[in-house]
Amino acid sequence: MAGTPHVDMLRSPLGRARGLGSAKAGSAHWRAQRTTGLALLPLSLWFIYSVIHLAGAPRAAVMHWMSAPVPMVLMLALIIATFHHLQMGLQTVIEDYVHHEPAKMVALLLARGGPWLLGLICFVSVLKIGF
Amino acid sequence: MKDVREALMVARNTDGKLVRRPLSPHVQIYRWPISMALSILHRVTGVALGVGTLLLTWWLVAAATSDAAFATAQWFIGSALGLLLLFGWSFALFFHLYSGVRHLIWDAGVGFDSPTYNVTGWAVVIATGVSTVLVWVIGLAVW
Repeated sequence: MAGTPHVDMLRSPLGRARGLGSAKAGSAHWRAQRTTGLALLPLSLWFIYSVIHLAGAPRAAVMHWMSAPVPMVLMLALIIATFHHLQMGLQTVIEDYVHHEPAKMVALLLARGGPWLLGLICFVSVLKIGF
Repeated sequence: MKDVREALMVARNTDGKLVRRPLSPHVQIYRWPISMALSILHRVTGVALGVGTLLLTWWLVAAATSDAAFATAQWFIGSALGLLLLFGWSFALFFHLYSGVRHLIWDAGVGFDSPTYNVTGWAVVIATGVSTVLVWVIGLAVW
């Protein structure tokens, strides 16, 4: 920047900030991110155990395993927690790094729709395998 | 200056002259402490795990569809590329999990001082390495 710095506008910081404040929903997002993260701790460890347990297993064995109530419910819980956590995480990353407003809006919509769709596909697949 | 945020960058030095405030150095200037690397790696592994859900989705859809579809998915997962992806997935999962626990501990208000910061940071790295290797040793033995 050339020359002596100077300010040639009168608008106050408060005037600029008005209407751009908190949406009053930040803590719900923060809490949900932690809650789903906490739920994913045991769920993902159980999932790793299950993947090893099912390594190389034929389809019939996988179907038999998933038709039992506990593995099925844990899979469904894992899917819900994973995709909810993913959606919130992607949202946070996009809000932090994408500053171009139209691109941000598109990215946020995709970060919401993508996990929703994938999650539903996984959810229905587990039900179809199990029943 | 047209932006009010820019106005906050204007200050007077000890001679009373108007100057532009100096900025603190950016990422490239700092010598990276462990926590800085782990912080960005937490986000990178998070996004990578998101991409990895595509593989989970494929596997579940294949299992729900037919024997042939399931065989194709199993073949891919068992291939060199599939195993590489699975290895990356397990590493990312363990890292994100341990790093996530570190975040939860911070959320409880514990572990913010600099020595603890470094110790827990390296603990995450070591736990990730040990867990990833252990799971693959067990996994390959079972498989």
